[in-house]
Amino acid sequence: MPIIRSLEDALAPIIDGCMLVVPRESTGAAMEATRALIRRGVRDLNLVTLPTSSLQADLLIGAGCVAALETSAISLGEFGLAPRFTDAVRSGKLHVRDATCPALHAALQASEKGVPFMPLRGLIGSDVLAHRPDWMVIDNPLANSDPIVLLPALKPDVALFHAPMADAAGNVWVGRQRELATMAHAARTTIVTVEKLHEGSLLNDPVMAAGTLPGLYVEAIALAPRGAWPLTLPDHYPNDGAHLAEYARLAATAEGFATYLDRFVHDRRAA
Amino acid sequence: MTDAPLDFSTEEMLADVIAGLIGDLRHVAVGAASPIPATAALLARARGGGRPYVSLLQSRKHNFFTDGGRELFDCAGQGRVDAFFLSGGQIDGQGNVNLVTIGDYEKPTVRFPGSFGSAYLYYVVPRVILFRTEHSRRTLVPRVDFISAPGVSDDNVFRTGGPVALITNRCHFAFDRAAKRFHLQSVHPGHTLEEVRDNTGFDFDVPTQVPETPAPSGETLRLMRETVAPELAEIYPEFAKRVFEPV
Repeated sequence: MPIIRSLEDALAPIIDGCMLVVPRESTGAAMEATRALIRRGVRDLNLVTLPTSSLQADLLIGAGCVAALETSAISLGEFGLAPRFTDAVRSGKLHVRDATCPALHAALQASEKGVPFMPLRGLIGSDVLAHRPDWMVIDNPLANSDPIVLLPALKPDVALFHAPMADAAGNVWVGRQRELATMAHAARTTIVTVEKLHEGSLLNDPVMAAGTLPGLYVEAIALAPRGAWPLTLPDHYPNDGAHLAEYARLAATAEGFATYLDRFVHDRRAA
Repeated sequence: MTDAPLDFSTEEMLADVIAGLIGDLRHVAVGAASPIPATAALLARARGGGRPYVSLLQSRKHNFFTDGGRELFDCAGQGRVDAFFLSGGQIDGQGNVNLVTIGDYEKPTVRFPGSFGSAYLYYVVPRVILFRTEHSRRTLVPRVDFISAPGVSDDNVFRTGGPVALITNRCHFAFDRAAKRFHLQSVHPGHTLEEVRDNTGFDFDVPTQVPETPAPSGETLRLMRETVAPELAEIYPEFAKRVFEPV
């Protein structure tokens, strides 16, 4: 299959029950792809955010696509709490593995390196650690009486993000959003939506190459102009604040959220 | 001889107090949704002629990291972040902060966004300034329901950082790490010790004479309004307009 595909074809590896990692809200969230996943009706995702998320996680949770969530925070930022996340947790419907930002980075870095775990400072004495039976405290074997937390490597099935551009060989320019490269290195497979296709190879120019994720890690690319909307694509376009405010207002209730989905997610069916 | 009293806002006074706590450091980082700490960090930099380095994590212009989201945490883990700010849905008298849940963790009555980087940064950033503008028994509690990050740790736990102060809309508490308690440092103008006691859910130490939080100087106000406010407007336009632009 070619590496450049239609959005629907590109998203095919995101199957029900898979572990999907998405980036934080300000670094290139694949929102057009997220709406397509909701239209397709994906279920039981084990969603991981690197390390936080806003609208993307809230939409997937509200639309019933998520069975479990690992995150260090879900919030709409200046637009308030993430209403569907908050509601799902309060009703006991969503299982959350609460983490802290550097733990998510470190657990994915373990997978990048192909090692079974990564040690991390902090955490000891917190209830974050107390609720993570999968995390472990050991005594630092290189010192005396120095407890330290071990985080098992986190290996998502799929990484999904939106980036400014890609070339026909599947190389993706991520610029300084280096956590997108971490996600891709750690995940079994990576799907990227992009604003545009780059003529020639992104690896030819050393300035571009330094910010490029090699196609080696990438399974599929789909064109999606303004594909992060209504969230920002850094250095390209800002958050659509008016839209996010409207989302916060509508999604405050289950009925309002359904209206939002009808208006901004499902209506593309007819188009 | 007395100078005429200066006209200043609460936000300006709080930023001045925090800038004093930052003092002469190399690197101050400020997280998202923290306009007053960001004002304070930029004020400290304006006073220091370009030092400390200030990382405003949600700004494009004031965020110099180039190695992805992990760089801040790696930097902090090495001791290269000297001061940071944390808030909490609840904060207790031992400096524990809660950013997760109220009530049963599995089925809470309140769910906050989550712990962010607190469960790590609180341990490794030497000067963490707690900041909560709602000073009430709802926020300042005897014991938090969920410890996102503890104020103090056992002696054998690696800990180079922790809380130094808690700044609220009513007062300034210093944190005494040895006693594991807050100590009332000053009460802001227009507020009283009784009011602070009535609105605080935990015990704290009180000096014999409770000082009033000093007002910002004319020079400080000038720096904030002329130098800091335009920089702040990039990230917090509404805040900058409301606080610094004359009505």
